[in-house]
Amino acid sequence: MTENYWLFLIYLVSVCLFILSIQGLSSPKTAQRGNWLGMAGMLLAVDGTLLALPGENHLWIFITLLLGGIVGIFTGLKVKMTALPQMVAAFNGVGGLASVFIGLAEVWRGPAQTIEVSIGIVIGGVAFAGSMVAYAKLQGLLKPNFGRFTYQNWFNGALSLVLLYFWYLFLLKPDNLSAYFLLGITFIWSVALTLPIGGADMPVIVSVLNACSGWAASGIGFSLGNMALIVTGAIVGASGTILAFVMTKAINRTLFEVLFKRLNDQSGTSTADKHFVRSGSPADAAFILENAAKVIIVPGYGMAVAQAQHILHTMASVLSQKYNVDVKFAIHPVAGRMPGHMNVLLAEANVSYDDVYELESINREFSTADCAYVIGANDITNPLARTDSQSPLYGMPVLDVGKAKTVFFVKRSLNAGYSGVDNPLFYADNTVMLYGDAKKVTEEIVQVLEQN
Amino acid sequence: MMFWYLLAVFVLACFIGYFVVWDVTPALHAPLMSVSNAISGIVIIGALMGAAYAKTFEIETLSLAAVFLSAVNIFGGFAITQRMLGLFKKKDKK
Repeated sequence: MTENYWLFLIYLVSVCLFILSIQGLSSPKTAQRGNWLGMAGMLLAVDGTLLALPGENHLWIFITLLLGGIVGIFTGLKVKMTALPQMVAAFNGVGGLASVFIGLAEVWRGPAQTIEVSIGIVIGGVAFAGSMVAYAKLQGLLKPNFGRFTYQNWFNGALSLVLLYFWYLFLLKPDNLSAYFLLGITFIWSVALTLPIGGADMPVIVSVLNACSGWAASGIGFSLGNMALIVTGAIVGASGTILAFVMTKAINRTLFEVLFKRLNDQSGTSTADKHFVRSGSPADAAFILENAAKVIIVPGYGMAVAQAQHILHTMASVLSQKYNVDVKFAIHPVAGRMPGHMNVLLAEANVSYDDVYELESINREFSTADCAYVIGANDITNPLARTDSQSPLYGMPVLDVGKAKTVFFVKRSLNAGYSGVDNPLFYADNTVMLYGDAKKVTEEIVQVLEQN
Repeated sequence: MMFWYLLAVFVLACFIGYFVVWDVTPALHAPLMSVSNAISGIVIIGALMGAAYAKTFEIETLSLAAVFLSAVNIFGGFAITQRMLGLFKKKDKK
């Protein structure tokens, strides 16, 4: 395909535009321009390719292109921001499946670049099947701990060997049949590996699948000898890999541990009877909040589930405007179910991104805060991560909410979080539990704040 | 020979990706995911070529399916990114 020099140049421009589009995301000010550059790059690449197609009659190609575009835009505009992680997972899967189909078509066509095409098919297959599982988990179709059984790692290990064997068979004799077998076992392997993963490990796996959809594109690029696919795939692959790395650091687990070591589920065992817990009413909380000079709000996934982000913003603005309180939001990297999820949810609720702080930049400030308002979060505040080397959370970076003068926990019960570890902060002297639905409790606080 | 040039391109692209992505602010990690998802739809050019050069009906159908899927990916990815970034616009404070 390289004899077409003008098309090659068009691809080169597209690829540069893609790089600029990601570079634009280094600041919210340039991000939107970046997205336009990305669209321009894609438009160039697709139009250039369409112009270079041989023959005359490409009606079907235009029709499918149009249909795909309509479906994509429709789903993209309709999806709720809380459902963002599963939507991105689904799109990753779709991209992976596209790579699989292109790879299969290469095999059907006859002598293909065997190694390259098999990489495209396997990684694309992993991205597809894994993303479907991730989608089902995030959408709540499957329980977070669904699909766990004893000797699971032995089973998966054996499955990995089978996968390698079928891969070897395909390389020996790359025909249709061996491609189907390879694809089939790839699907099974990917499902088996992602099925037991849930809850707080989800952001890691969504990132990994994102990377896979990129690496698959690179593999296909090698088999077609296409520079644009290779470069774009490499950039997307790098992006997903880096995000996965950031997420694993945020939960202090390695990718290996996410895949093969489950956190034990002992949740549901309340230890309230053993300790003294102080609980309060929304009115008490409102009184303390309005007299504070500085309040830090710590939202977690539970806040997103309860859809409390809008009322939370109302509370923040009433506090800052009516009572002149300095209100900040603190976000842990895994507060949502995908990287950056919580930032998007707060932005949707009109919280200015100037008031939103990442873990490293806010942690110092808890000691000068009068109140920490923890809503729908648990593990990401657990001090055992710093102090107890026996705890599964040990070493995970956490938000130091305990250093604030008063800590409010808005929670349904004293149950442990996803990790199954009890949070000693619940029993601390400066902690007040506000039991109930995150949205309801915050609504009641806002009512009291507005009356006074 | 061709393969080795492509490999060089691939490795250099990984480096570019590495540096560009570390520059992305954590607050925009979600749009990063969806925009990278959208541009990974670039496989559509392989699918388009495959469909146009197809000699049998089966290959054409398979390639068209790939065109459809990557079109969903591209349009959907850019649409979601656009929506998200719209939320990050500067808000009037107070």
